[in-house]
Amino acid sequence: MNALLAEYLPIVIFLIIAAGMAIAVLAGSYLVAPQRPDAAKLSAYECGFDAFEDARRQFDVRFYLVAILFIIFDLEVAFLFPWAISLSKIGVFGLISMLVFLGVLTVGFIYEWKKGALEWE
Amino acid sequence: MIVQAIAFYAFAAVTLAAAVMVIAARNPVHSVLFLILAFFNSAGLMVLLGAEFLAMILVIVYVGAVAVLFLFVVMMLDINFAELRQGFLQYLPIGGVIGLVLLAELLLLLGSDAIGSIAPAVASSAPTPPINEVTNTAALGELLYTRYVYLFQAAGIVLLIAMVGAIVLTLRQRVGVRKQSVGKQLRRRREAAVELKKVVPRGGV
Repeated sequence: MNALLAEYLPIVIFLIIAAGMAIAVLAGSYLVAPQRPDAAKLSAYECGFDAFEDARRQFDVRFYLVAILFIIFDLEVAFLFPWAISLSKIGVFGLISMLVFLGVLTVGFIYEWKKGALEWE
Repeated sequence: MIVQAIAFYAFAAVTLAAAVMVIAARNPVHSVLFLILAFFNSAGLMVLLGAEFLAMILVIVYVGAVAVLFLFVVMMLDINFAELRQGFLQYLPIGGVIGLVLLAELLLLLGSDAIGSIAPAVASSAPTPPINEVTNTAALGELLYTRYVYLFQAAGIVLLIAMVGAIVLTLRQRVGVRKQSVGKQLRRRREAAVELKKVVPRGGV
């Protein structure tokens, strides 16, 4: 248990250094630099104009479709990692089990390919 | 051991604080960023438990994909969030009741030794192997694809349904869009496309 956690010690040190650097830089600029707050400094800057419109606006739903399809295949790949490690122990049944799983998702992949969900017009 | 305890309390405290800030932050983009912070700290807690695979999957899937999608939605949707937050206190009792029900369920499941064996089958059917002999990922792999094969296939079906559902709900074919047709391009011969003409100097075509 502790041997496992000892492997993460460099990451912990890295995190501590990163957090310390971030705090030091922000605190340093806060303490050293002169502070003259002004409303204009906080306002949105758009090449000298006042902002024309709100940053939020209607967006093509296709971006979300691509992102959701990405998440699904991301999860599919996540299932492959434990399988690849323990394939020698789970034998032919594990192999067939994974092939059925991949087959089901390949059906979905063919569906989205044929529907044209992967194409950008 | 003391480092482990400090790390646990640091991760747990930051997770709780970030979770509170998710619902308390005024700016929804900040809420999503606090959600990402909570995910990262939960991953740290899982590493402390020895569940490395789950920790990495949490970072890859939740931080890498789900939270970014949230950020996408929050930043791009044209919704007045100040208006949405009006009924926040109004829903507090319902949310509190749901939280209490979840807490009671967790206590029944995890604290079954203390309360009395309510769910003994869950604990004994697949004992966790010691972490020094089998890594967490290998232990998952040995059970997931054989003993829990039906649940594994059900996960595949759920992913398929999610895929089909997303396509059915959002895919709209636009009419009148001129697409590239590779077959048509490749079938085209030089004779049909280019014509060579002999042009006499100063003679015109």
